[in-house]
Amino acid sequence: MEEKLRAIAQEAKQLLDRATNMDQLNEIRVKFLGKKGELTKVLRGMGALSADERPRIGQLANSVQADLEDYLNHSMSEVKNKELEAQLAGEKIDVTLPGTPFSLGKNHPLTRVQQEIEDIFLGLGFSIMEGPEIETDFYNFEALNIPKDHPARDMQDTFFTGPEELLRTHTSPIQIRTMEKTAPQVPLKIIAPGRVYRRDDDATHSPMFHQVEGLAVDTRITFADLKGVLQIFAEEMFGIKTRTRFRPSYFPFTEPSAEMDISCVMCGGKGCRVCSRTGWLEILGCGMVNPRVLEVSGYDAEKFTGFAFGMGVERIAMLKYGIDDMRLLFDNDLRFLAQI
Amino acid sequence: MRVSFKWLQEYVDIPVSPSELADKLTAVGLAVEGYEDLGAQVDKVFTGKIIKIDVHPNADKLVICTVDVGGGENLQIVTGATNINENDVVPVAVEGARLAGGLKIKKTKLRGIESRGMLCSGGELGLDPESMPEEQAHGIMILSPDTPLGLDAKPLTGLDDVILELELTPNRGDCLSMVGVAREVAAIYNKQLKMPAPDLKSQSESIAGKVKVDIEEPHLCRRYIAKLLTGVKVFPSPDWMQERLRAVGIRPINNVVDVTNYILMELGQPLHAFDYHKLKEGHIIVRSARQDEKIVTLDGAERTLSGEMLVITDPTGPVAIAGVMGGLESEVTEETAAVLLESASFDPVSVRRTANALALRSESSLRFEKGVDINGCLRAAERAAQLLQAMGACDVTEGNVDNYSNPVGNKTLSVRPDRVNHVLGTNISAGVCSDILSRLQFSVQEGTEGEVLVTVPTFRPDISLEADLIEEVARMYGYDKVPQTLPQGESTRGARTKRQSLIQKVRQILTGCGLYEVITYSFHSRTEFDRLGVPADSPLRNTVALQNPLSEEQAVMRTLMLPGILDVLQRNYSRRNSNGAVFGIGTVFYPRAKEELPAEREKIAAAVMGNTPKAWGTPSHTMDFYHLKGVLEALFRSLNISSYSFEPVSAEPGYHPGRTARVCVKGNDIGFLGEIHPQVLENYELPDRVAALELDLETFLEFAANFGRYHKLPKFPGVERDLALVVPQEVAVRDVLRVIKKAGGELLKEVELFDVYQGRQVQEGSKSLAFSLQFQAQDRTLTDKEIDACISAITSRLAKDVNAELRS
Ligand SMILES: [Zn+2]
Repeated sequence: MEEKLRAIAQEAKQLLDRATNMDQLNEIRVKFLGKKGELTKVLRGMGALSADERPRIGQLANSVQADLEDYLNHSMSEVKNKELEAQLAGEKIDVTLPGTPFSLGKNHPLTRVQQEIEDIFLGLGFSIMEGPEIETDFYNFEALNIPKDHPARDMQDTFFTGPEELLRTHTSPIQIRTMEKTAPQVPLKIIAPGRVYRRDDDATHSPMFHQVEGLAVDTRITFADLKGVLQIFAEEMFGIKTRTRFRPSYFPFTEPSAEMDISCVMCGGKGCRVCSRTGWLEILGCGMVNPRVLEVSGYDAEKFTGFAFGMGVERIAMLKYGIDDMRLLFDNDLRFLAQI
Repeated sequence: MRVSFKWLQEYVDIPVSPSELADKLTAVGLAVEGYEDLGAQVDKVFTGKIIKIDVHPNADKLVICTVDVGGGENLQIVTGATNINENDVVPVAVEGARLAGGLKIKKTKLRGIESRGMLCSGGELGLDPESMPEEQAHGIMILSPDTPLGLDAKPLTGLDDVILELELTPNRGDCLSMVGVAREVAAIYNKQLKMPAPDLKSQSESIAGKVKVDIEEPHLCRRYIAKLLTGVKVFPSPDWMQERLRAVGIRPINNVVDVTNYILMELGQPLHAFDYHKLKEGHIIVRSARQDEKIVTLDGAERTLSGEMLVITDPTGPVAIAGVMGGLESEVTEETAAVLLESASFDPVSVRRTANALALRSESSLRFEKGVDINGCLRAAERAAQLLQAMGACDVTEGNVDNYSNPVGNKTLSVRPDRVNHVLGTNISAGVCSDILSRLQFSVQEGTEGEVLVTVPTFRPDISLEADLIEEVARMYGYDKVPQTLPQGESTRGARTKRQSLIQKVRQILTGCGLYEVITYSFHSRTEFDRLGVPADSPLRNTVALQNPLSEEQAVMRTLMLPGILDVLQRNYSRRNSNGAVFGIGTVFYPRAKEELPAEREKIAAAVMGNTPKAWGTPSHTMDFYHLKGVLEALFRSLNISSYSFEPVSAEPGYHPGRTARVCVKGNDIGFLGEIHPQVLENYELPDRVAALELDLETFLEFAANFGRYHKLPKFPGVERDLALVVPQEVAVRDVLRVIKKAGGELLKEVELFDVYQGRQVQEGSKSLAFSLQFQAQDRTLTDKEIDACISAITSRLAKDVNAELRS
């Protein structure tokens, strides 16, 4: 009997070693370990054994069974692994094939630049104001200290829609409209983005273009604050290493007035074609709000001061994207829009 | 304005190089936009005398010159020049010389004759032919006959100079002159300004009784000085004056004209020289022009004047347009024997209006517009007389006629050093403030309570407020020395309004759906409405028109976004970008009868043409009506707009009568979605199918929300059933859906149409529709029996209301 048990174990192990799939393994399990399996059959013959032998053979039979079960489990996991490997090998795909396409469009580059400008100033506590594109002469000029026949009107060739009505030449009228509504409350901090119009059409001018105006009014706003705020803007917009330079300039609605240059984004200030070898790029006009403008808008110019600035979105977009002809921005060629 | 560095040095000692000066001027607000080292390209050009001119044996158009360049052997030079004579002194480029444009001079042979250099024209030296006297503009430059030979020609031709091109702001009319710029330079470097002080010698008889000036419009002409010069001899002005005028871009003409131009550039005072004998009775009357009065100006054009213009007349009629241009008839010519010199002050606005109305901008009007110093008129007149006298061109009559009834004094302003620092955010002492202002020729006195009283000279009409003085202090102190700080005080909230952030979201969704944003002009041609098929009586044709458009293409403000969007598609289609999906957000304009300004509405428009991209494994499909409708529905969903509908319309201009819907949100019309009418496609040269939409952004944003509302998630499973129907073809799916939803009751949670079929499998005139229905209850799992009852209620209702049959 003992021999028989050992022979069964040996045979079963041999069969298990030869098995290659789960079906064969299951067959073997039924044949040897099942209810009607060989091992059971042997155990049924235990009754014929002497009382002395029975415990020993019983123990042996149990250990053979345990041994076989272990062996079977081991073979099963081996076969399972092999089968998985075979499956994986058969399921290989070409991962270099392009993915399922999702068509995505893009915002216009001018919109993206405008939003970037907006986000910088939102972060500095400015809110966004809007105003009409067709304006009165008063808001576009008079209130900004540009009376009729003022030479500064030459700086802005205007489209008229009526004797006192025109396409705004800058976003500055929104300064006046906002101050009128807010005065005498402070602090006031706004930016005003929008479309503006001038009678000009060439590679560097478009009859319609975009500006962002900024205005801050409080009891103590200084020229130094203007410089500080615009320095932050320049760093956020053009990179942390950007330097700024302020030059005296003239706008009828600010006094003192300044032109802000940034260190050239192309050459970092060494001088190149883009900056005409100066190392600097003119980027915006700014200044302290002229006391006359404050007074017209309802603020006591002795009590309050303010700064204002205005920048061209196209100019910044052209620098950022390396565009050399402004007309491309209004041509809307889909290849251009997809590219940048 | 062109500033000659060499000339400028006559009025102030400049302790720095021209390029350093340029940077400094820019830093104080006189922007130097151009820097031109005139002689930079020129080397080895000497003065030489043409000893002999021989004919060239082999060429009719060439001559052989023997040239003495001061010692050593004479040079043989072949030239094609025609304006030279023996004994002329000219600039000679010798072997190894460099000329403007990079030309290098080598020994060469011209038609077999050796040539060892080149005689130079102004252009070859880099001078602007426009600034050269007529006879020298295109020939060899002829120098004064007494010029020593063998000298470097650069200083003699003005090439040892640097020109700074100033881009002046409109408030700084005072810097439109050498003296004005010198004043700034003197202030920057704390140097003495050397003002020209005319010193008239040996004046002849008195002007009394010879000249009379009457001013009829004293508010437009506050001062008029007439100076009489007799015994006038007209000849070319001396080289030094010609050179200076050339340097600043003015062509020398003759001594009288040159002197008036010289004073214009030196002092900024426009002068005018009349031929005295052409003025009747020497009588000048400054008056308004008569309506339609005519004058032929110096440029030979006949000008028709209007009553708003100021003219200088004699008793017979106009002799000049005040401050703008003189008349041809009284022009100084070679025959002129006496000159009446005008040095006057005209009203800036009047000069500006006149110059604009006549489209005649002159150097003179440019200066008057920006304000000329009324107290500088006399100096200018005397300086001109002195210069002409010194060159032996005239006798100066004793005295002037100076019609100046209300002399203008200097105004006084006060500036508080505290205020300076309050505005600038600086810590500049009162002493520094005063010092800066006095360097700028303001006279400064201590006032009460720490203020500084500042007397502003009349040459600075731009200074009228304390803020203006603060700017003067700031720019001379240096903008770069002002610190950078951030605003103190109460902080403010920076955030987009709900509307602004919704618009941003609209953009995100549309680009997410594959549309590109485009930006189109707000104006278009009047004929755009014809192209779009807008009826003649449509209110859309009621536009805001531009009074001065750049072209007919941009004549009226848009009332629709669509034309601009179709133009974009057309432009792309013509460039073979035949698949396109675009949108634009912009303003349209409607005239209003009573209100002051037109109404402005924000609109959104989109259009699609062609197909979605080709790709493996995903079929490309045509971007048609339903594609764009899908985009719009996605937009509605993301903006949490749930109750919207599409109603068929058949007469919307521009759109296909059978493929267009009115879009409504909560019962409000917000615009149209449809395919473009085939005739309109043809007009725009677009492909067969284009779908477009245009919606009123303002209205539909009213119904939009950034957030949806939470509804409890169901606890019990739902059951899905499909329902296939055959209905007559003309039945709209919307009506079928309505019936299903109503009959399905509250257990029916969702209905989705997932198939539409027309063709062989169904009877002609019918279509098959397949819906997926989702049933669910909040409180229990539904039984088959309950659902069957629902379905049968739905089908029987469908049969009655829309003639639907269940499809087997
Ligand atoms: Zn650069």
